[in-house]
Amino acid sequence: MCGIVGLYLKNDKYESELGKLFAPMLIAMTERGPDSAGFAVYGDAVEDGIKLTLRHEDENYDWAALAKDIEKALDTKVDWFQNSKVAVFKVGVDAEKVEDYLEQNHDDVLIMSSGKSIEILKEVGLPERIVDMFKLENMKGSHIVGHTRMATESAVTMAGSHPFSTGLDLCLVHNGSFSNHNRLRKELQREGIEFNTENDTEVAAGYLTYRLQQGDSLNEALENALKTLDGFYTLTIGTKDGFAVVRDPIACKPAVIAETDDYVAMASEYQALTTLPGIEDAKVWEPEPARIYVWERNGN
Amino acid sequence: MSTNNLAEKAAFETINGVGTVDLSVQTVRDLNQALHDQHDEMTIEKWDVLNPKGHHNLAVGVDQKLKIDIHGPAGYYCAGMNQEAEITIHGHTGQGVAENMMSGVVRVKGNASSAAGATAHGGLLIIEGDAGSRCGISMKGVDILVKGSVGHMSCFMGQAGVLAVCGDAGDALGDSLYEAHIYVKGSVKSLGADCIEKEMRAEHIEELTELFERAGVTDQDPRDFKRYGSARQLYNFKVDNAGAY
Repeated sequence: MCGIVGLYLKNDKYESELGKLFAPMLIAMTERGPDSAGFAVYGDAVEDGIKLTLRHEDENYDWAALAKDIEKALDTKVDWFQNSKVAVFKVGVDAEKVEDYLEQNHDDVLIMSSGKSIEILKEVGLPERIVDMFKLENMKGSHIVGHTRMATESAVTMAGSHPFSTGLDLCLVHNGSFSNHNRLRKELQREGIEFNTENDTEVAAGYLTYRLQQGDSLNEALENALKTLDGFYTLTIGTKDGFAVVRDPIACKPAVIAETDDYVAMASEYQALTTLPGIEDAKVWEPEPARIYVWERNGN
Repeated sequence: MSTNNLAEKAAFETINGVGTVDLSVQTVRDLNQALHDQHDEMTIEKWDVLNPKGHHNLAVGVDQKLKIDIHGPAGYYCAGMNQEAEITIHGHTGQGVAENMMSGVVRVKGNASSAAGATAHGGLLIIEGDAGSRCGISMKGVDILVKGSVGHMSCFMGQAGVLAVCGDAGDALGDSLYEAHIYVKGSVKSLGADCIEKEMRAEHIEELTELFERAGVTDQDPRDFKRYGSARQLYNFKVDNAGAY
């Protein structure tokens, strides 16, 4: 099963209420995915440098010390704040530099996401618990995608939860399963893509990362994904400026989209959309199979 | 206004003789039980369902000549297994609306998701908007009228009944079709295996005219429609066709 939800604001009318509008959408999908939940929220962008979402198993981990280490080692300024087991670091250098430094010197710190505005937050447990844990209702931003997981292909762990990071400011959530993920994982490993779990969605995320590294645009990467990924799926891809939705050619996995003058919302089921403002008059439809839908503010 | 205490708490209210279930207060179980309780003796004919908000399994398994209005969007399997009731959804519906219907009338004022009227044996399903993929999959005698368009693989393995589409049809219409009759006014993206266009004869004009009358549709001319049916090459196994299965 699993549930997917996404909310993309077309203008700034609801930006300060993004988390408040989104929390009930995520919780509404509890029946489709009670094992774990997560979301990628886009907002509070950094102009220069990079924003990283970092996680440490120890809730009392000394993030201040880590920030100081990074400042000293990379000769840069670090702004940071903690949110449960996760901390958001804004660092004045490029992503690769910080990521390399962390991997070499602090390999107990997990990098959940990196980009200008993305923050990926996910944990094991009921969606309601994850919403409370990260205080989702207080979050502001331009768009957000989320997932509630009913595990089928691999274990219930934080690492196997969605969204999966697929590159700078990019993430993937998935409802369905892939049947060719084992072979594809091996092929991608040969190309240098690393995997942390046995999860099939991580392979799809790795595939998109690989195609984008090869120079594909997001659209081209998704066209290639439609040809390469075997299975049944509805995918939602969060990008810096919006999100994309694609369903497999048979379209067994549900998806419904609602659009008004102020937002585009997608969900596995209509139930997740009923709390949105103006939903009664929204245009509501099902995305067609094997068609790539993209909504982005800058239209690129 | 009076309150019926069937159980410890009110499962529904009766407002001006209309059974009213408000799903922001009552449960889907309350609703379906109240409707099923009408089976032996019909004491309340008309029913209003308020605040459906996309809940699944609304008005499922009704087997009495009730008139039920669902005021808002419904989730999966709405009006499934219906017998005899007249059920109107004033909104969109999720997957499998009127699936396995036996008789009665189900009308969707908005769009319907995939598998509308799946495996239904009888009755009439009217979708005033569009229907998603696999509309009328494995239909066994139901008549389905879609005023908008239908998605891919509609009428897949359709065995009996009529699927009439006033808009367009998606890919693989009527794939592996048995004896269901398909009529489409607009374009057909592609026909499925063993589905072919057939001549529109007088009896088919008559069939469609009668369907429009029953559905209360007055703005359609049966002569604008094309007919599609089974080429009858696949439904008995022939070794020559092995590649097509």
